[in-house]
Amino acid sequence: MGDHTPAIGASSLDVDIERRVGDFHLRAKFRADAGLTAFFGRSGSGKTSLANAIAGLDRPDAGHISVGDTVLFDADSGIHLPPERRRIGYVFQESRLFPHMTVRGNLDYGRRFVPSNEPQHDFEMVVDLLDLTSLLQRHPEKLSGGEKQRVAIGRALLAAPRLLLMDEPLASLDDARKAEILPFIERLRDHLALPIVYVSHAMEEVIRLADTMVIIDGGATVAAGSVEEIMSRLDLRPLTGRYEAGAVLPVTVRGHDSGFGLTELGFGEAGLAGRLWVPRIDLPLGSAIRMRIRARDVSLSLTKPTDTSILNIFEGTITEIAADDGPQAEILVDIGVPIIARVTRKSIAALDLKPGATVFTMIKAAAIDRHNLGLAGANSRARID
Amino acid sequence: MSFLTALEWEALRLSLQVATIAVLFSLPLGILTAWVLARCEFFGKDILNGLVHLPLIVPPVVIGYLLLIGLGRRGPIGGWLFDSFGITIAFNWKGAAVAAAVMAFPLMVRAIRLSMEAVDSRLEDAARTLGANPFWVFVTVTLPLVLPGILTGAILAFARSLGEFGATITFVANIPGETRTLPLALYTLTQTPGGEGAALRLIAISVVLALAALIASEALARRVAARIKG
Repeated sequence: MGDHTPAIGASSLDVDIERRVGDFHLRAKFRADAGLTAFFGRSGSGKTSLANAIAGLDRPDAGHISVGDTVLFDADSGIHLPPERRRIGYVFQESRLFPHMTVRGNLDYGRRFVPSNEPQHDFEMVVDLLDLTSLLQRHPEKLSGGEKQRVAIGRALLAAPRLLLMDEPLASLDDARKAEILPFIERLRDHLALPIVYVSHAMEEVIRLADTMVIIDGGATVAAGSVEEIMSRLDLRPLTGRYEAGAVLPVTVRGHDSGFGLTELGFGEAGLAGRLWVPRIDLPLGSAIRMRIRARDVSLSLTKPTDTSILNIFEGTITEIAADDGPQAEILVDIGVPIIARVTRKSIAALDLKPGATVFTMIKAAAIDRHNLGLAGANSRARID
Repeated sequence: MSFLTALEWEALRLSLQVATIAVLFSLPLGILTAWVLARCEFFGKDILNGLVHLPLIVPPVVIGYLLLIGLGRRGPIGGWLFDSFGITIAFNWKGAAVAAAVMAFPLMVRAIRLSMEAVDSRLEDAARTLGANPFWVFVTVTLPLVLPGILTGAILAFARSLGEFGATITFVANIPGETRTLPLALYTLTQTPGGEGAALRLIAISVVLALAALIASEALARRVAARIKG
């Protein structure tokens, strides 16, 4: 499935805009390439305003927006394409299905407006991808929240968008419904050559889905980069979430130890910088996945610990220490990949920890949570279900 | 229909004709006006709103007299209509339809506007992101969702047109077979000695007609609403 999908709009999104509404001042500047880009920020930080500006539902005061070669907005030359000419697929938080049409009617809605020279997604392919066959004759009112969102995604895809914009598509769903939709979003990301912008305030979703992350705070884009890069920046801790703080590592499955029920993962350059033992993951060898290691599950030692129950011990160098008045501090350690440890300030003083010092990091295997695994990159077909 | 006299039959037929034509011709303008009032922001919107509602608040005689001045054979609009197309609307059933349409217009616009304001404009935004221009959004999303309101507005206007009296008698007078609709026929009978019995019959006809229209409209609106909701 999806192998014969035409490459629709595999292009990058370039945004540099300003918008002032009352007291709110939106200042966004970033570039997102193919793959899934997450806008991450608290409620009210300006994520939806940014999404609306990209879709053309709101007009910025200054700057420009382009997707690939197409300029959607340019204040200097007075370009402001109306939403219907932007071809940005928009999946809203509240689905916004048309109540007077069946599911099929909703799915068909955008198809008649696609210019005839543009490649279109095949109706059956989209219906299959989102598992909508049994819903086609129903009316939106009779669908569950999760079903509504799947239809909304299909409706947006069938309008042959250059870019798919999803504004907190899971925010109004309960955890069970969220778990039901996430695999579908992963399928879109992995099977369609379509850049996706995913707006969310849930770090779990971002880590699981995103390749690139744009952090938005108080109306401004404060950082943009790969998920791994952003998550290893200690200065962004207050925004990325202190309690759930942790490094994100791309890893590959290198082996299984069925006797002890463990899986060996390789990380770093070509997956060879180190190996990590975690409880068994049912994935074929070579699968690339993403793993989150929470800072509170990482501790440090100056000498190489022996006779310890901890399986994962790595030698590394301290790159950065972020401490404030609180009792705890986060330490960034380079073990071939950046990893974050949370220790008390008292320990930092007692061990005299400083940037440049050599330490041993200890990671509790048991602390690695399956739910935090995400499929890294669009090449992998492996799935964790 | 032998239980109606020729005069009653004529008044009833004329009333239905005038009301039907009045509603059919004012409905497109009513929908447009309701859309402008519900969805557009512009300078002078309050004035437009006031003008639309004028027939509801001034005495009907005022409207009738204004129509006579404007649309009479020597009025600025009436004169132009006659000179260009040979159309006369003063003192005939077409004028009665115009008077009925003007008097019923505020009711029609109010009903449609209310239901248009109830349409979630976020659905219209969604339609635009799917490639529909404002015209198609209106045709494929706004209009179908507002259909119950349009029906309500049309039936209200129809009922109001059946009962129209003041503006009609002022504008097109009380001419048997031409402008003597049910209310005018009833008025004539009440002014005639010994006409009480005939007047009562007309009253019964009017009441039955109005009730039938209202009940039919309710049933129709329910069916349409149910179809939209699925």
